[in-house]
Amino acid sequence: MTLDLIFFLLLSLIAISTALGMLFSRNAIYSALFLVLNFVTVAVFYLLLGAPFIAMAQVTVYAGAIMVLFLFVIMLLGAESLPQEQVLPWQKPLAGVLAGALMLEATFIFLTRARPVGDVAHPEEAVNKMTSLRALGEALFTQYLLPFEVTSILLLVAMIGAIVLVRKEKRVP
Amino acid sequence: MIPVNYYIVLSAILFTIGVVGVLIRRNALIIFMSVELMLNAANLAFVAFSSVIKSFSGQIFVFFVISVAAAEVAVGLALIVEIFKSKRSIDVDQMSSLKG
Repeated sequence: MTLDLIFFLLLSLIAISTALGMLFSRNAIYSALFLVLNFVTVAVFYLLLGAPFIAMAQVTVYAGAIMVLFLFVIMLLGAESLPQEQVLPWQKPLAGVLAGALMLEATFIFLTRARPVGDVAHPEEAVNKMTSLRALGEALFTQYLLPFEVTSILLLVAMIGAIVLVRKEKRVP
Repeated sequence: MIPVNYYIVLSAILFTIGVVGVLIRRNALIIFMSVELMLNAANLAFVAFSSVIKSFSGQIFVFFVISVAAAEVAVGLALIVEIFKSKRSIDVDQMSSLKG
């Protein structure tokens, strides 16, 4: 067993256990903090895969901006935990069965039909020399320029939408 | 070297945990976090595939997914705040005003 594989298994153990921690925490704040840890772990995976730019974007945008927004809203609403009452007794077992079926199907189709072959690229060159970063920037501003600009419009629309949604209604006399 | 299959299986596991979160939790905020987890699992598969075929397209797509997720979170959290203001709760079982 190589060092790479041990590292991978350790990281995936952390990723899965933090995701489960997010799922089963009673307090929403703990859930959010578990999710931050999960996002950082996935960012380390991106580094292992030779994608340093995506890894940094993951840390700043996801673990930084998005989760801070989540924590802010949780604390603003004071909605850390809901009262314990199970309305649908069959909900959890059914969800477990359906999710198990989904995972088996997805894994089966990925491994047999989609047939991904080969190993992932060795990351050292891409991370150390930043060669991939330059090529990524060039592709982003030539081949993918139109989607990039459309994204900026999307962000503007989202910003205006959020402002309009939380604005106080004007009383109609 | 790590075979890409391992990353795909990890991505499927994370996605399934997100699906379970959407199905069993009643707190709207945690359902929303589970959706983020699912997006993240899909991103992991994208980057793994793009690393195998040695192309940047997957990474660029992940960049767009991250920016769309940021926009989605801004609007979604605004909606949740509005729901809390009118119902005083973010339990999704309470949001049944349209039920006959």
